[in-house]
Amino acid sequence: MNSVVTAPAPAPIKSERFQKREIRWWSSLLWPMAGLGLLLLFNLIFTQGFFHIEIRDGHLYGVLIDILNHGSEVMLLSLGMTVVIATAGVDLSVGAVMAIAGAVAAQLINRAGVPFPVVIGASLGLAVVAGCWNGLLVAAFDVQPIVATLILMVAGRGVAQLITGGQIITFNDARLSFIGNGSVLGLPFPVWLSFGMLGLTALVTRKTAIGLFIESVGDNQTASTYSGVRAGRIKFLVYAFAGLCSGLAGLVACSNIKCADANHAGLFLELDAILAVVIGGTSLMGGRFYLAGAIVGALFIQTLTTTMYMQNVSADIAPVPKALAVLIVCLLQSPVFRRKVMAPFRRKRA
Amino acid sequence: MATDPQALLEIRGLTKSFPGVKALQGVDFTVRRGEVHALMGENGAGKSTLIKVLTGVYPRDSGTVRLDGTEIRPDSPKAAEAVGISTVYQEVNLIPHLSVAENICLGRQPTRLGMIRWRAMARRAEAAMARLGLRVDVTRPLSSCSIAIQQMVAIARALDVSAKLLILDEPTSSLDENEVEELFSVIRKLRGEGLGVVIVTHFLDQVYAISDRITVLRDGGLVGEYETARLPRMELVSRMIGKELSQVPPTQSGDVAGKSSTREPFVELKQCGRRGSIAPMDLSIGKGEIVGLAGLLGSGRTETARLIFGIDKIQTGEMRVEGKPAEYRSPSEAIRAGFAFTPENRKSDGIIPHLSIRENIMLALQARHGVAKAISRKQQDEIVEKFIQLLGISTPGPEQLVMNLSGGNQQKVLLARWLATQPRLLILDEPTRGIDVGAKAEILKLMQSLGRDGMSILFISSELEEVVRYSERVVVLRDRAKVGELAGAQINEEAIMHTIAGGASE
Repeated sequence: MNSVVTAPAPAPIKSERFQKREIRWWSSLLWPMAGLGLLLLFNLIFTQGFFHIEIRDGHLYGVLIDILNHGSEVMLLSLGMTVVIATAGVDLSVGAVMAIAGAVAAQLINRAGVPFPVVIGASLGLAVVAGCWNGLLVAAFDVQPIVATLILMVAGRGVAQLITGGQIITFNDARLSFIGNGSVLGLPFPVWLSFGMLGLTALVTRKTAIGLFIESVGDNQTASTYSGVRAGRIKFLVYAFAGLCSGLAGLVACSNIKCADANHAGLFLELDAILAVVIGGTSLMGGRFYLAGAIVGALFIQTLTTTMYMQNVSADIAPVPKALAVLIVCLLQSPVFRRKVMAPFRRKRA
Repeated sequence: MATDPQALLEIRGLTKSFPGVKALQGVDFTVRRGEVHALMGENGAGKSTLIKVLTGVYPRDSGTVRLDGTEIRPDSPKAAEAVGISTVYQEVNLIPHLSVAENICLGRQPTRLGMIRWRAMARRAEAAMARLGLRVDVTRPLSSCSIAIQQMVAIARALDVSAKLLILDEPTSSLDENEVEELFSVIRKLRGEGLGVVIVTHFLDQVYAISDRITVLRDGGLVGEYETARLPRMELVSRMIGKELSQVPPTQSGDVAGKSSTREPFVELKQCGRRGSIAPMDLSIGKGEIVGLAGLLGSGRTETARLIFGIDKIQTGEMRVEGKPAEYRSPSEAIRAGFAFTPENRKSDGIIPHLSIRENIMLALQARHGVAKAISRKQQDEIVEKFIQLLGISTPGPEQLVMNLSGGNQQKVLLARWLATQPRLLILDEPTRGIDVGAKAEILKLMQSLGRDGMSILFISSELEEVVRYSERVVVLRDRAKVGELAGAQINEEAIMHTIAGGASE
């Protein structure tokens, strides 16, 4: 390595006006939206019929609707993942918890005499319990989040297998199928569910003080504790909430294919969810979180997948262009990268 | 440049700056063969920078460093070790689950054909420990040994390479009395072998127990080099703090336990203590009283604050609030009782850097209200606006991120955070450190007026001047124990220094 050390460029002196600018939630959406916009632009030019939407039997059909529909699982997961990551944690078990929730629902719905609300309640309830387990390990026993949730990521599928007895359980119940396949006012039900949860989560985090506490614990846990915030409780709650979101996603997943597959339900989706959160602008170091950003991130990932499919990119090599697109979005978000890229232009002006 | 024939390490005119700070300015430092040399100084004196330059962590800007007469310029701790400078840090840098032998030999295991020669390694480790006069089963995992033994293992590891100079950075901070004695006998043994030993410690008693010479640094500059036997404690303290003693005869100290205050006590500690943190002590803070807590760095000031604020659990004795026994298991409980605490380390323990001024100010009050009862944005804006005005926080607006503020303004934000909760006891740990003169004066004035309004205040500061000027009573700590209390007319800088130094000057 050459030992010539280049002095860091002096930080640009921020003008008073720049400092005054309030950081609004939408400004955080700028970069993920830019990424999504670029992708849509690409499809506008190169993919035939991408933006075509038609109404058949009162239902909306089209590629865009499919993207919303298929993206709903990751959207739901990313909501829970956002608040977990905001506390400087991570939840690797969301995919496995999806499998558990699906397994419970499929088992109970096939049993005569179990009322539908009980099926849903038990399924979501167990998912929340799973989340609480993670929360307990992280909050009460101070296990590192990545390790704590890795346990359930591995064991969760085993639990799901136990529930299904190692079988793929199919069901034929109109109510349960509706969650994944039904549609309301022309839009698929999972889309309503995802955006409904987004609204609810945003409302709860911003109308109560929980959002402030989550961000403060994630940004500086010691200082938050010294200020009287009960960091342990906050952490416990976010993992429990991530469990709930995984449960909902699990219901959508099993309802979609009308069966519970303990091995494949939600497989690797934890990675997509983490990616969506990061694309959405929430730092893995914790602190500020952006729910809407995570939703845009989830849609970005789904749009990318669909684009690959429609461009006839073989499934084997699809991950490569996908990774490239994600890389670009992440670089766009990095202030360091933007400064480095912009630096030559700035110097010329000076 | 005079060269001391006995000198092992000679540093001349060492200078090191960081952006905006001169950490070391033309410092001289000499360590002889077969001596124990104490490096003393308060916060920001430059001790750790000096050690880091010496051990190759930082490059130096200018100056010379000679070891055994040859100029050295290590560029990494490994390079420093190679020339014979070994360091043992405060936090034992070892691997708990490996055996004693593995820890001693890690990175330089004897091998044959790439395989570790376990027997040879054990023999080498035993020899290294024997050099320190210790016989230990070197196959035991390190974690099963006492902290003192672990410390010895760290020293043995440092000595395994042919060390000439051993640097011990706060080696005794986690040891009890017997363990310290054990460590000292090892140090004496090494001194007898002609090794130069540099020791950094905050414990004055230990400095006098073990060191031959003392070098005092202050604010990055050299204050002087002294023979320990010829430097009275009182003078050491005054050199470290930077207050020259006038020729006035020392004020009577020692049995100056404060006259019973006429104030009604708000908080009383009765023989409250915690093992390894602070010895059992009495302390009472009256309503509307400002009590100063004085002592050198590491004397137990912050530990006292942590005990009162429920960060650390009180292990012995009892705390009473308004006469009733009180036990707080967390800051959250202490806050409910009306306590507030601005920590010494603003950046790591105080501010939430990426949140706005508004959020930082509202945090404690909102935490007290609980999750469900969110304070409306309108109310928040009113409260925040009020405190920005009241404390003169200079910022373009309340939505500014706290990390972008200057130190003084960050400190004001922290004060605002607590004042918003209308506390009854405010613990200020070094509230004026690292902030500009103007903000300093404002904060001190504010503290005074809060006291007048009936708030009880525990004021911790290294600036004796401030402590003397603003406190009604001063509690003095030394080596993690209370050693005296001054009240009213007894309070002056000299008396405090005398108490810190241990009463009679030796």
